[in-house]
Amino acid sequence: MSVPRFWRQQVQRYNLVGTHCKNCNEYYYPPRNTCPICRREGAIESYKFKGLGEVVSYTIIHTAAEGFEHQTPYVLGIVKLDEGPRLTSQIVADIDEVEIGTRVRPVFRKLGQSGDRGMIYYGTKFTPV
Amino acid sequence: MTVGIVSYGAYIPKYRIKVEDIARVWGDDADILSAGLMVNEKSVPDLDEDTATIAVEAARAAICRAGINPSRIEAVYTGSESHPYAVKPTSTIVAEAIEATPSMTAADFEFACKAGTAAIQACMGLVQSGMVDLGIAIGADVSQGAPGDALEYTAAAGGVAYIIGSNESEMVAVIEDTFSFTTDTPDFWRREGMPYPEHGGRFTGEPGYFKHVMGAARGLMEKMGTSPEDYDNAVFHQPNGKFPSKVAKMLGFSKEQIKPGLVVPWLGNTYSGSCMMGIAATLDQAKPGDRIFATAFGSGAGGDAFSFRVTDRIDEVRDQAPKVEELLANPVYMDYAMYAKHKGKIRLG
Repeated sequence: MSVPRFWRQQVQRYNLVGTHCKNCNEYYYPPRNTCPICRREGAIESYKFKGLGEVVSYTIIHTAAEGFEHQTPYVLGIVKLDEGPRLTSQIVADIDEVEIGTRVRPVFRKLGQSGDRGMIYYGTKFTPV
Repeated sequence: MTVGIVSYGAYIPKYRIKVEDIARVWGDDADILSAGLMVNEKSVPDLDEDTATIAVEAARAAICRAGINPSRIEAVYTGSESHPYAVKPTSTIVAEAIEATPSMTAADFEFACKAGTAAIQACMGLVQSGMVDLGIAIGADVSQGAPGDALEYTAAAGGVAYIIGSNESEMVAVIEDTFSFTTDTPDFWRREGMPYPEHGGRFTGEPGYFKHVMGAARGLMEKMGTSPEDYDNAVFHQPNGKFPSKVAKMLGFSKEQIKPGLVVPWLGNTYSGSCMMGIAATLDQAKPGDRIFATAFGSGAGGDAFSFRVTDRIDEVRDQAPKVEELLANPVYMDYAMYAKHKGKIRLG
């Protein structure tokens, strides 16, 4: 990932900052500039998610992408935040600890790095409550 | 102007390795080592944890404990000897993650194991002068010990954050005074680009730890006109259990006084977080009106001594964030091979 690309999304990765449409009360993560439901009538505002949610689906990664080979086996899950949006995230837990419906909370972790000389990417992962 | 701790927060990774598992690999006697060091096990960071992630978790716990509006934090200082970048501040990552940016100042501190308390002193000056509303001082480390070196038995991971302010009604503890004792003493160092520190073996004891802890502690008590009997509890930098126990006795403090803050047997040495973790564990069980004496030590070398007076506010905020005892509970143990992987000690490719 390029340095500017990560930097532009840094705030929402560090703190789960998305958007909320005051017109239809829908929440979005990642943030949207316009509400796809209300369109021109939409009233978008920045919104910091509480971070609590539940695992709606997950998989155990045994054959990982480059940079994650030495973390296997690890849990990759779809987390539904209490406000509604779903996002994909690594679940920091023993692989036997996660089930569909497991309640999770956010933790601040390293997401990756560009080799030994490049930037270190930080952000939010989830762990069982 | 009064200055004190407005809130505090700690973080300890869940993984541990026992001294006996390290001793087995290097052919050492675990019983002799554990008894000599008074350390049974130490914390180990997860694969995706480093000083920055630990500092953020500790800072967030401190903000949560007292319900602080992070925009009031106008100085963020992180003390560590294992900053993830050689050039690029850990403190800007922390400041962004706790939403204190952008109207604030930030910098990283380094003074071996006492960089965090040096940061507390800097925050004290800033809030007392009125330059900032609140400052946060963090001590965090994923400390390094070379394979087979004596340091490997104790070098641990953890972090503690203290929010410093000058509004007495907000304080959980008033900082009555502080005193530092510093000389140029080469007892421990790590050269630029080197993965592990070097140390002077037994030279780290008398001319390093004991001289500077005694100098700072005696200096503060002389300055304030206090004696060990005036304090309910005391905390000394804990690179192992033996040194703080011995220095407490030399100064005239009892075993009971240091007991609440002596967390090293089940945690190891969290370096910049070491003395600060002991202070946090002591605050976790302190009563309003208690007085706490603390002295941090950093190789190189220096000691920072503090005198705290706990306020009524402690009872309101104590349970709003995890206590040190809770963070130490239910650890996940790993063997030396997994520990070596977590600490990046296995050469790949």
